Amino acid sequence: MSDYVLSIQDLSVTFALHDTEVQAVREMNFDLRAGETLAVVGESGSGKSQAFLGIMGLLAKNGRATGKAVLGDVNLLGMAPSRLDAYRGKDIAMIFQDPMTSLNPSLKIKTQLSEVLVKHRGFDTRKAEMTTIEMLERVGIPEPAKRANAYPHEMSGGMRQRVMIAMALLCQPKILIADEPTTALDVTVQAQMLDLFKTLTEDFGTSLVMITHDLGVVAGVADRMMVMYGGRAVEKGKVDDLFYDPRHPYTLGLLHSTPHIAHRAARLDPIQGLPPSLEHLPKGCSFNPRCAFCFDRCLEERPPLTPVGDEREKACFFEGPLQSKKVA
Amino acid sequence: MNQTPANLLEIRDLKKTFSIATGLFSRQLTLTALADINFNVRQGETLGIVGESGCGKSTLGRCILQLISPDEGQVLWLGQDLTRVPAEEMRKRRADLQIIFQDPLASLNPRMTVGEIIEDPLRTLRPEMNKTERRARVVRIMESVGLLPEMINRYPHEFSGGQAQRIGIARALITEPKLIVCDEPVSALDVSIQAQILNLLAELKDEFGLTLIFISHNLSVVRHVSDRILVLYLGRIVELATGDEIYEDPKHPYTTALLTAVPIPDPKLARQRNIDALKGEIPSPINPPSGCTFRTRCRHAQPQCAETRPPLETLENGRLVACIRWREIEAEKAALAEA
Repeated sequence: MSDYVLSIQDLSVTFALHDTEVQAVREMNFDLRAGETLAVVGESGSGKSQAFLGIMGLLAKNGRATGKAVLGDVNLLGMAPSRLDAYRGKDIAMIFQDPMTSLNPSLKIKTQLSEVLVKHRGFDTRKAEMTTIEMLERVGIPEPAKRANAYPHEMSGGMRQRVMIAMALLCQPKILIADEPTTALDVTVQAQMLDLFKTLTEDFGTSLVMITHDLGVVAGVADRMMVMYGGRAVEKGKVDDLFYDPRHPYTLGLLHSTPHIAHRAARLDPIQGLPPSLEHLPKGCSFNPRCAFCFDRCLEERPPLTPVGDEREKACFFEGPLQSKKVA
Repeated sequence: MNQTPANLLEIRDLKKTFSIATGLFSRQLTLTALADINFNVRQGETLGIVGESGCGKSTLGRCILQLISPDEGQVLWLGQDLTRVPAEEMRKRRADLQIIFQDPLASLNPRMTVGEIIEDPLRTLRPEMNKTERRARVVRIMESVGLLPEMINRYPHEFSGGQAQRIGIARALITEPKLIVCDEPVSALDVSIQAQILNLLAELKDEFGLTLIFISHNLSVVRHVSDRILVLYLGRIVELATGDEIYEDPKHPYTTALLTAVPIPDPKLARQRNIDALKGEIPSPINPPSGCTFRTRCRHAQPQCAETRPPLETLENGRLVACIRWREIEAEKAALAEA
């Protein structure tokens, strides 16, 4: 028996454009353990969201996911939508950045949430509504019985995101995927939500995947992290290892680009240049045009993701210490 | 001898309300976006303005530039009240006061080339310049902000968010302004690009001797760029102090609460921190609480906080705070630390 709840093998996501194809995610591999929080970090276009939309069968019409996403003993990829619905929402749930666009504006909160229980768990309406109200209370919505009768537009952004989380947790899924769940929220509300995520993963034993660009959020909630660049994972490992001893120059660059509230530096030390276009990835390592540690081999050959120490992998040929050399 | 630089801008008793019609037979409601706003902006400083959504920070930036007319109060620019300047003269004055917006692509005309966008303010504000002079200055500014001059004939959609923001900055700089209001200038950008733009703003500030008003909801970013920081809550100033004072020794309970909510990109520190998240959300500005508007979320609130609006008190070193209990709270903290 493995203790993995989800195992992703060679996941690629491709979009067909009118005369060409764009690969948004390339050969992604990872395992998610029961009860852990994995952060997936990257900038726009890194493929972090598309990978998980692919796993959930939620890609745009011109998108296609290949590889394997093994949940228990079934492979979700390539499964017909009608079969997928038996797992989506029940075993694996996803929430998004903007709760307003994910909720049906014309249905009461109570109605949209209890529907999930009727469908997946065969509850009758009354029991479903009672369970819904209990769950709303659980995620910190005051006066849950009253708020259950509200429509989404009658709630604030923070409350709506709580409703989304409640909805995702109704069937007590093994896995919750949260795509930038706090990005649209104010900092005080964000703190409440992160606190809620921690409590919920502890209480329900849910495995959480937190897709984010914010290293502050990662540091606060995650056990392990995966850094993505140009559609590929470039570094994986425990959060502490990657924060205090990054081995990939891009991870280092992200850390140096992030302003820290506790100490004010005169100048940040950003990564130079721009993220690559997925249609024209550089030859060799995709990061080479922006990398201060780049040498000849990086221009010709693409570094594979290779193990470095305890539960760590990196995709970089440079072997020296990164900290001593300043990113120019 | 004079240690304090001159005030470029003085805001006096500024107030701004919006009326809102509700329902079919439209009851008129009044939303107070800003009230009792008093502060100065010093020559050469970066003043950060922080607060949660709806606190009035963007409205304040726009009132300063007269893009929105305040209901009451004065905006003194080098002693002259901008709220009383006629529209035609204000237009000329805009050469001195510029703005950079959050969404760089949305704030650039998609049908103009980059060169035309950056040059445009010069046509109205510097009529004495001829075409060749204008173009020469456009090229110079493009270089200053890190855009290649050969991009001059391209259109905004060909640029990424970070580059588009450089165009927005170039457009603001072209009239050689003294003050730039930066309204969430890096919020829409990726982390690596955000850092590039923050560094660019710092370089340009030194190069052109600019004064900046930096509006953001991101406290880490504001901490990084600002000399002094103004904290707004529900349209009122709750605290104004230097960056170090705000971050190391906040006096207002709201400032303290905001700071503890900021995520720290350091796992060990993040785990040590006891995040005592602020409860609830901002009350409606249409029907704000009586007395201190923060009292409904304040852990230190007492019955007297509901009775009187706390005055904005000026402390010895010039910092401002609006809380009737800050001395007591500080004493309580000190007692706790000793125990």
